Formats: sequence, C-alpha cells, structure tokens
Amino acid sequence: MLAFLKIKKIGGIKMKQLKALICSIALFAMFAGTAAQAKTEIQWWHAFGGRLGELLNEQVEKFNASQDKYTVVHTRKGNYSETLNAGIAAFRAGQHPNILMVFEVGTASLMAAKGAYVPMYQLMKDAGQKFNPKGFVSAVSGYYTTTDGKMLSMPYNSSTPVLWVNKDLMKKAGLDPEMDLSTWKKVGNALDAAKAKGIDMPFCTCWHSWVHLENFSAYHNIPFATKANGFAGLDTELAFNSPVHIKHIQTLGKWAQEGKFKYMGRRNEAGKNFRAGECMLMTESSAGYAGIKKQAKFEFGIRHLPYYGATEAPQNTIIGGSSLWALSGKSKEENKATAAFLAFLSTTDIQAKWHQDTGYLGVTTAAAKKTKSSGFYKKNPGTDLAGIQMMRNKVTQNSKGLRLGSFDQIRGIIDEEMEGVYSGKKTAQVALDSAVRRGNVLLRRFERANK
Amino acid sequence: MEKRVFFKGWMLPAMLVAPQLIISFIFFFYPSGQAIWNSLFLPDPFGLKTEFVGLDNFRFLLSDPYYLASFKTTIFFSTAVSVSSMAIGLYLAALADRLIKGAGVYQTLLIWPYAIAPAIAGVLWLFMFNGNIGLASYYLKALGYEWNHTLKGDQAMFLVILASSWGRISYNFLFFLAGLQAIPKSIIEAAAIDGASFWKRFGTIVIPLLSPITFFLLVVNIVYAFFDTFGVIHTITSGGPEQSTTILVYKVFSDGFVSQDLGSSAAQSVILLVLVGILTVIQFKYIERKVHY
Repeated sequence: MLAFLKIKKIGGIKMKQLKALICSIALFAMFAGTAAQAKTEIQWWHAFGGRLGELLNEQVEKFNASQDKYTVVHTRKGNYSETLNAGIAAFRAGQHPNILMVFEVGTASLMAAKGAYVPMYQLMKDAGQKFNPKGFVSAVSGYYTTTDGKMLSMPYNSSTPVLWVNKDLMKKAGLDPEMDLSTWKKVGNALDAAKAKGIDMPFCTCWHSWVHLENFSAYHNIPFATKANGFAGLDTELAFNSPVHIKHIQTLGKWAQEGKFKYMGRRNEAGKNFRAGECMLMTESSAGYAGIKKQAKFEFGIRHLPYYGATEAPQNTIIGGSSLWALSGKSKEENKATAAFLAFLSTTDIQAKWHQDTGYLGVTTAAAKKTKSSGFYKKNPGTDLAGIQMMRNKVTQNSKGLRLGSFDQIRGIIDEEMEGVYSGKKTAQVALDSAVRRGNVLLRRFERANK
Repeated sequence: MEKRVFFKGWMLPAMLVAPQLIISFIFFFYPSGQAIWNSLFLPDPFGLKTEFVGLDNFRFLLSDPYYLASFKTTIFFSTAVSVSSMAIGLYLAALADRLIKGAGVYQTLLIWPYAIAPAIAGVLWLFMFNGNIGLASYYLKALGYEWNHTLKGDQAMFLVILASSWGRISYNFLFFLAGLQAIPKSIIEAAAIDGASFWKRFGTIVIPLLSPITFFLLVVNIVYAFFDTFGVIHTITSGGPEQSTTILVYKVFSDGFVSQDLGSSAAQSVILLVLVGILTVIQFKYIERKVHY
C-alpha cells in the first residue's frame, strides 16, 4: 500500500516512523469513519447568500445539533435560476442532492417531471413523519399543491411585493412621509414632486415581471394567463397584454423617459440603491426586510403595493420565493432524514423566527399567530402588511398564483421586452404583444415535451 | 518540389496517424455526431423522456426573429473585437519595437492582461462600469453622460467588446512584435537610405511581410470572438438588454445550460458547425491567396 513512498527520509523523520504515523492516522480515520457512518448525511442545494444564507445555516446547525441520527449539509449553488439548473443537470448525471430549493417559477417544470421527485405527502407518509399540510397558509401551500389536494413540495420562503419608502428622501422632496401612496396615481404625484426637487432616483423596482405583471394581474383580478393562470392545464396561453397591463407598463416607460424611474437590472439589483439611500420609493419583495433593516441608515417605511384606483379595491397579491423538493432516486434511510429535516423546518419556532428575521411570510398559521402574540408587529410596524395583502380577500382564479412551464425563460422574454419599453424603443403595446407571442411559443414547446 | 516518403506496408503509417485520428474522433466527430443526433429530439429538462421531432427544432429556431438577429450581432461583435484588438496590438507592437531602453518592462506589462481568464476580465470591467459602484460610470455621470448598460443596448455592446478585446490586445501584440523583430533591419535601412518615410516603409515593407502573421491572427481572433467570449458576455450582460449582446455561442450556452432546452441548443450547435465550416473554407480559399509567405 505504501510502495509508492520511495523516499527514505523526510525532514528528519525516518521512513519507518512515517509508515507508523500513516498507519495510525488511517486506523484513526477508520474508526472515526464508522462513527460518522452511523449518521445519515443528506445534501441540500439552495440559493441563499448574504444575511439569508447566515440564517439558513443557523437552521441547519440547529437541526444537526437537535438529534444525532442525521446530518444535513447545505451548499449554495448561485441564484435561484442557477440552483435550479445545477439541480437539473445533476439529476441527469445522477449526482443530485436530496433536497433542492426551487423558486416558484420553476414549480410547473418540476411538477411536470413526474419521477424526478418524491411528492411531499408521500415522503412524509413513507417516513412516518407527522405532517399536517393544513397547517400551512393556503395562499402559500396552494401554489405547491395539485388540483386534487396533494402537496408536492414544502413551502420554504414565501414573500410578496410591497412598496418600500425612504422617509428621509420623502421629507427632502417636501412630501409628508406618511402620505397616502395606495394608488399608482398618487405614487406618480409623489414622483413628480421628488423630480422637481432634484431627487436623482425617485422610483426603482426589483423583479419587474413578478411585481408589475404577475402580481399586478392578481392584484387587479385579471388573468395573467388563460386556464386559471395555468392551474387548469398545460394548454394555457399568456394574457398579460390587456389594456390595464399596457396602461401600467406604459406609465413605467414614461417615468423612465422622464428620469423618475431608474432601471437597475432584472433581478433585485435596485435593492442596493434603496439600501444606500438613493432611491425614494421601491417596489420589492417583503423579504427585502432582512437587508434593509441591517443596512439602511435612514428611516424607512413599508406600504401596500399600489394599485389603479379605477378598478375596485385590490384583490390579493401572490407569492414569490421557493419551496423544497425531495428529489427521487435516494435510499430509504436518506429519504427518512429528508423527511425529518423538512418536518423540523416547518415547526412553529423555526417558522416564526424565519418570518421575523427575514420579512418572508409566516407560512404556517401557527407561526403567524405566535409572531402576532409576541408583539413583533407592534414593535416593527409594516412587517404584517405582506401577510394582510396576501390574505385580504378570498382567492380567485386570477389570484391563486401561476403554474406555467418554461416560466423562467418566459420571464427572461418579458424582461427583454420591458427593457425595450424603458429605453423608449418600444411602446408597451408592442412590447407586451411580442412578449405574449414569444412566451406562447415556449408554452407550446413545454406542452409538447411534457405531454 | 514536394518531398514524399514512402512506407512499406500500412502498419507504421496507421500507427503514426492514429493519435491524431483518435483525438479528432473523441473531441470532434463524436461530440458533433451527438449534437446532430440530439438536434432531432425534444427532451424534457430532467432527461426522463424524449420525443423525435425531425427538423422541428430548426424550424423553431429559424422562425425566431431574435435568433436571426443574433447572426447580425455576432458578425458585428466579432468584427469589432478582431479589428480593434489587432489594430491596437499592431500599434503597440510598432511602438515597442522602436524602444531601446526598458523594452522588456513595457513588453511584460503589455502581455499581462492575457493571463486573465475571460470571465474574470468581464467582472473587472463590470465593476468599473457598474451603475451602483462603478468608477467609470461615476465619472461619466460627472461629465453629464448617463451610463446604464443594463438598459442601453449600444453601451452594453461597447462594454462587452471592450472587455473581450482587452485581453486579446496582449496576444496580438505578442505575435506582431515577434513578426516585426523577424523583419531584417537591413531591408528597412536600405529603404530609409533610399529616402522612404516611416509610413512608406511601414506600408510597403512591414505590412506585406507581416501578412502571414496577420492572417493567422485574423483566424485565431475570429475564432476567439465566436467561441471564447461567452464568459465575458455571461458575467457582464447575460446577453441583454433585449438580447442586444446575445451572440450565437452565447445563445447555445444560455438555451442549453440556462434554459435547459437541449433540443434547440443542439440544433444551434449544428447550425454553428456548418457556419464555421463555411467560414474556414472562405478564409483559406480566398484570403490566404493574398498572403505572402
């Protein structure tokens, strides 16, 4: 075994001594190995860095310390899209993790890939874990549940878009920081005033398609796509080029041309500008809370997402975020570990802490209740708005969520077309018509590949 | 006069060419065959099922106006990268060739950027032009120029060309410098004694004598701009805004590895294969004739 070690002397240690040393190390490793063997190790691939990554790591450490049968190892694989793609590529190669974090946009892709995952209800049943899908807030779990009521993945982090206000800049613009910003018209007035006072970036936004088309549709109770936004079948077609949609996107385009709205990128790049105190009003996920609370050196406020006053009072917004999928092809023992870990994540204490630390919604009713009774909302005004906004009305076909195949790519198309509007190259009508047309081609392709 | 060597039997010659043939097979014929085969199928992302679709992937591509637009983008991008990096490389080489003192230092410094991986170079330039924290965008703004390459296609294009050419300048510089130093001083001196000016000498002696190297660099740079720049594009623009920096190879990468549409990605590879084949034939048939060896 040590035949390759032909060197006679290394740094004063004789060959014999070295051999003895290596043997003892090997022996030690063997015993240590058997000790570790008793623990089942499972892999979790996720997309969280920064503050969220720290909080996630805390959860994993807590779980690993809470019992001695299983070890969870977590790895960050990049942003949401990169994580999903890494998971899919690994699955093709047979090197996939036990748990994959998939953002809401990838849900339809996974649902269609029967055989790639173990459905959540199945996993929990097989492992004998007590698991109550009814304990989850229905507006959240509905996204990950089949039409016949079977939960396929575990909601992990869910948020909804809200309006973030830099109160200091509002004052600088000569505005009342508590002014009514419930409609886009009123927001427009505030932006006019800010621009007139020389504020460089009155408005910015993250996640363009998610906030200004997907949530916009649900909020105004109009379809984003036919067939109940894809819930009722793969033969769905996009429908976000209605006059109301066009009006809103045209407004954003106009603001961009007038220098009131600055485009910073497709994802959450604008969050940096808001946290740095440059942007006065920002539409971003309620989960921007973790970063803003940590970094903002100004007074900030949280408001409901604005709507168009012309329609009746707003419906409800939908979620963004991710759920955890148990991928298939793993041993029974590993699936048991996965089930135990996911059950641990859905406990009230973990959920309540996650909700309060991050601004993500409390995805179980118990966690929401616990947070309320602890007085957290009173101490941190505005943190309850996201929950209220999501659950304020009975969910309709248009406000349940989206279930569209290839949706990550379709979002890419929407982003491209909206860039055309912001740069003034296209009208909203042309851009949205084109996005619908191009997106439908991908939907048909997805339908064909997943028949 | 061609030299010919004759072997008895076929064993030895077969063994001599075998390594090259095996390498070509493993790294060229096998993957290309796979690409052609895959381009006829529509698989789901997880590889659970697949369907034979004939030429539908090609029809799907050729009916996409953005795919057709990416041909134009590619031609513009490759031309700009090759021409600018070669012109600047030649200019710097001509200057460095005339240096008497400290030539080594200048040469080393000029070659340095070549050692930086394209993706890293992309990140470097992205930092400088970042709308939030970039120095360059900050000074441009101070000068009254609005820089936002996430929204403005021409700025994004300029930035990826800049980042892609930067490292290539070093490479081209190195070859041009070697070429310049290989030109016998006596020819230049003779021309100078005859009264030819610097530009006259450069145009009538140096450029023609450099033509084999220029041709070589042209081929290498176009291949580089076609295939090796997707790291730069991915880090700086991800092909945006509105696909204005999506070159053909980046689209193969993004459709295949980002969007998991392997059928379409394979079809694009096949189209690219044909395109590069044609390009190579043109280069060697027509341009090479004008080169003096």
